[in-house]
Amino acid sequence: MKFSELWLRSWVNPAINSDELSHLLTMAGLEVEENEPAAPEFTSVVIAEVLSVTKHPDADRLNVCSVNVGEAEPLQIVCGAPNVAAGLKVPCARVGAVLPGDFKIKQAKVRGIESSGMLCSGDELGMPSDVDGLLILPADAPVGTPLRDYLTLDDRLMTLKLTPNRCDCLSIRGLAREVAALTKAPLHAVDTPAVAVTSTLQRQVKLDAGDACPRYAGRVIAGVNQAAHTPDWMKQRLERCGVRPISAIVDVTNYVLLELGQPMHAFDLAKLEGDIQVRFAKAGEQIKLLNDKELALTDDLLVIADEAKPVALAGIMGGADTSVEAGCTDIFLESAFFAPNVIAGKGRRFGFSSDSSHRFERGVDFGYVREALERATALIIDICGGAAGPITEALAELPARPAVALRVSRVAKVLGVQLPAAEILDLLLGLGLRSSLAGDVITVTPPSYRFDIEIEEDLIEEVARVYGYDRIPVAASNAKMAMLPQAGHLRSKHSLKQILAGRGYQEAINYAFVEAQWEADFAANAAPIKLINPIASQMSVMRSTLLGGLIAGLQHNINRKQDRVRLFELARVFNGLAADTQPEKIAALAWGGRFAEQWGAGKERVDFFDVKADVEALLAPRVAEFRRANHPALHPGRSAEVVLNGQVIGVLGELHPQWVQQYSLVHAPVVFELDVAALTQVDKLKASAVSKFQPVRRDLALLMDEAVTVAELKAAFASAKQAIVAEVEVFDVYRGKGLPEGKKSLAFKVLLQDTHKTLTDEEVDAAMTALLKKAEKCGAILRT
Amino acid sequence: MVANVQTLLDAGLAALAATNDPVELENVKAQYIGKQGEISQLMKQLASLSPEEKKTFGATVNQAKQAFEAALTAKRDAIAAQKLAAQLAAEALDITQPGRGHATGGLHPVTLVQQRIETLFASMGFAVADGPEIENDFHNFEALNIPKNHPARAMQDTFYVENAGEPLVLRTHTSPIQVRYMLDNQPPIKIVAPGRVFRVDSDATHSPMFHQMEGLWVDENVSFADLKSVIVDFLRRFFERDDLEVRFRPSFFPFTEPSAEIDVKWSKGWMEVGGCGMVHPNVLKNVNIDPEKYTGFAFGIGLDRFAMLYYGVNDLRLFFENDLSFLSQFK
Repeated sequence: MKFSELWLRSWVNPAINSDELSHLLTMAGLEVEENEPAAPEFTSVVIAEVLSVTKHPDADRLNVCSVNVGEAEPLQIVCGAPNVAAGLKVPCARVGAVLPGDFKIKQAKVRGIESSGMLCSGDELGMPSDVDGLLILPADAPVGTPLRDYLTLDDRLMTLKLTPNRCDCLSIRGLAREVAALTKAPLHAVDTPAVAVTSTLQRQVKLDAGDACPRYAGRVIAGVNQAAHTPDWMKQRLERCGVRPISAIVDVTNYVLLELGQPMHAFDLAKLEGDIQVRFAKAGEQIKLLNDKELALTDDLLVIADEAKPVALAGIMGGADTSVEAGCTDIFLESAFFAPNVIAGKGRRFGFSSDSSHRFERGVDFGYVREALERATALIIDICGGAAGPITEALAELPARPAVALRVSRVAKVLGVQLPAAEILDLLLGLGLRSSLAGDVITVTPPSYRFDIEIEEDLIEEVARVYGYDRIPVAASNAKMAMLPQAGHLRSKHSLKQILAGRGYQEAINYAFVEAQWEADFAANAAPIKLINPIASQMSVMRSTLLGGLIAGLQHNINRKQDRVRLFELARVFNGLAADTQPEKIAALAWGGRFAEQWGAGKERVDFFDVKADVEALLAPRVAEFRRANHPALHPGRSAEVVLNGQVIGVLGELHPQWVQQYSLVHAPVVFELDVAALTQVDKLKASAVSKFQPVRRDLALLMDEAVTVAELKAAFASAKQAIVAEVEVFDVYRGKGLPEGKKSLAFKVLLQDTHKTLTDEEVDAAMTALLKKAEKCGAILRT
Repeated sequence: MVANVQTLLDAGLAALAATNDPVELENVKAQYIGKQGEISQLMKQLASLSPEEKKTFGATVNQAKQAFEAALTAKRDAIAAQKLAAQLAAEALDITQPGRGHATGGLHPVTLVQQRIETLFASMGFAVADGPEIENDFHNFEALNIPKNHPARAMQDTFYVENAGEPLVLRTHTSPIQVRYMLDNQPPIKIVAPGRVFRVDSDATHSPMFHQMEGLWVDENVSFADLKSVIVDFLRRFFERDDLEVRFRPSFFPFTEPSAEIDVKWSKGWMEVGGCGMVHPNVLKNVNIDPEKYTGFAFGIGLDRFAMLYYGVNDLRLFFENDLSFLSQFK
């Protein structure tokens, strides 16, 4: 909410400056977002009367004016404005004046003619205007008066960022009440005496939905001059609060809304058929609103209706057909209270909100409906004339305001500071809350303008706020201390990230919502989880794989001339909607050289086995099994499922050539994606004894068909059940020159060791023969 | 005779000095103290001398032999040292050439800041909790005292997920994690909950996905004073500024009361860095914790914002572009 500081100060005027007032409001929970001057700084500009205008002898577009600034002698001023004319009242910057932009006015000669000042346009004074030329002031503007005083420009405009609970501060009246409570400065409320009833015209009001609208008051004002001009002072206040003046009657309703916080509406009496009823809409009814929206009404929407049709969406906006327009002579003025829960969310449903709905959905003072109606009536009759009819008012059950009990001891428990009961009572009374103390308990009856005082904590918040959050001590705690448990069989997600970072990968973060096409391409997911209101079509489905984001990251970096990319991400994926179907995954992508280009290493591209080592490092000390996989994203011959304890925990492989081409990746990245839950589990380590006897190393070079795998051979060696074989590992793979087509050679290093004695050659030979025999069963022969 | 010994020794020492070659050195050794060496031969003359002469001459020859041997050893060491020096000189590397192999990667700045904050809170006994990102209305709103149609819902523009059953949302804050944690655990509860959150908002200063960290402490004697103390301590440790000014400004959140915005004094004045408050009794009731017995506080901060402040990043969008030239600064 934006408001004029001077308007507020006309209600309550504490002896603090504007910055202090801003700070006071902010620290009371009414955050002042902006505090800006109503007009830019300028000095020595007074109201002047142009006495005569004569052409400048040496310049076609200039005039020499004689100007009365309220002194004995008129001033001679050269002026280039097209609209200058004798008899006008205009602003005149005197010699010595400083205008916005540090523009200093000096005694000057303009094309040979002395000029003692400058006549000003609105733009030159920092007050943008539509008029081309001088700012024309009313004919009765007092000559010689400083313009700042005449236009009350020494005002400031404050913008409040009000939280939804403080609806009571959405008006000058509410703010003034708060400032008075906080500063103890006296409050000068406007009087709202009953206006003399001089017309018998009236409309009866009937409440058909008493819970939704428990109070509705209205009155006819007959014979108004709809075309009357809104007075300048009112226009100025409206404009300073960000409201555009429209016409006198509408302006008065807006003015009362800003001043007293009561939304009001005026109907053209001639367009109302019969009496007024407040009821829920009937299915099939329609209304065209003032903002030209045509709504099909439903039975949860509260309307104001005459005997034939809905005429307003209650508390939100009036109808276009019954609005006050040119030619209207009699009006029906409404002032009502609508229940917040009936108004809440309704405007949003149709994509708009109004000053009225903003207030009603938060809560409007239901105890001030009549006073506001009298205030608006008085202003309308003042400005537009007319005769007031009697107020017709319908009442149902108004919101209850049950007393709330506040225990003094609870204040201490929640806030951590001991406040005496008398001080708490004072703070509450200062806020205008009816409160009384009995023993440890203060009983508070909330006023009709507060909708946020229902439980004890609401009062504790009020006490804390007015006492000052700053004054609550920063205390060392009385609460208990305890060490955090550390599970030995778990490791953190951060340590997984650290492993990959240590192996050259950079962490990426991608949006959880992605292009539907990625889901189809990289997960063969034809029915991904969709967002109802995505921010863009390429962010419309929830991802079930992290690969798409990494590939997009690769594309981004290729476009920025990176020749080597290693990225990873750890995030949730969405296999389903339930909480337990949103597992975390860790995925990585490697593309480009095995090493960054350097003097001491070759330029080979990263391949499957480089990235396999990264996967193995993430798993260590656990050892996974790698099985040939058929994954939609991956090259069928160069991909594997990662299997741990019989469970598939992820995939690893080269991106399928089809996607390499389609996504313009130049050559294939190697990627993996693993379940985080499987990686954070580790076997609790247990040390085993080390043999005192030296191991013996033997090598076994075997020749076999390409189709025979290392895993098969290793399984065969294991099946030989040689207890003294401590380790078997491939140390060389050879294919090509010297070997038949379709054959390869694998060389194994075999370590043999006994824990109790030194091995004899015979024992070693026997074991090696046993291994070879098993290998031969797989189709391998000893390479000679 | 003794004079002859000295002459011979001088000649031998000169011969040692003159050579730098290990083979020649051995020849010189043989020439003087080998079996047929000239100094060795002198000893043979002893037999023809009187006992008196034997004594003095013998001692003189021995001294000469020892002196030669000492010089020989010194020369051998010198030659070896020279050889080693030459080898070392030949083997010297250009140690300014870069190291070989993998350079290290790095973690995302938001992760680094998250770890830093988790570590700070762990030192105060706060555990880390987590939860799903597609949430239902209960966990994201209702349990947090945000009823349907409440104006507070407009404070957070929500993403909705297609679903035949109950309405599902992408969590708009990390607060549903506290709801889940409190449903599963009774006090004392002391957690931080970092995570990704989502709001329908995208411009230079808003990302539709960003990161929050929620904190929660519920126990029998946790007060607003504790809240202030934990937050002030955290902010000063995080920014490593013991004199950092922190203020608590009254505000409104449906799930806390009293509520506060947390401001820190930055170069340009007060800057909002998070929200906090005492857990609303309705929230405690919703998760079956007795608000009469237990009180607690909760706070929420934006991890992206903390990362921007900590590392001096001025554009939020950099965090989600995955541009290596930006990311690789964070090792």
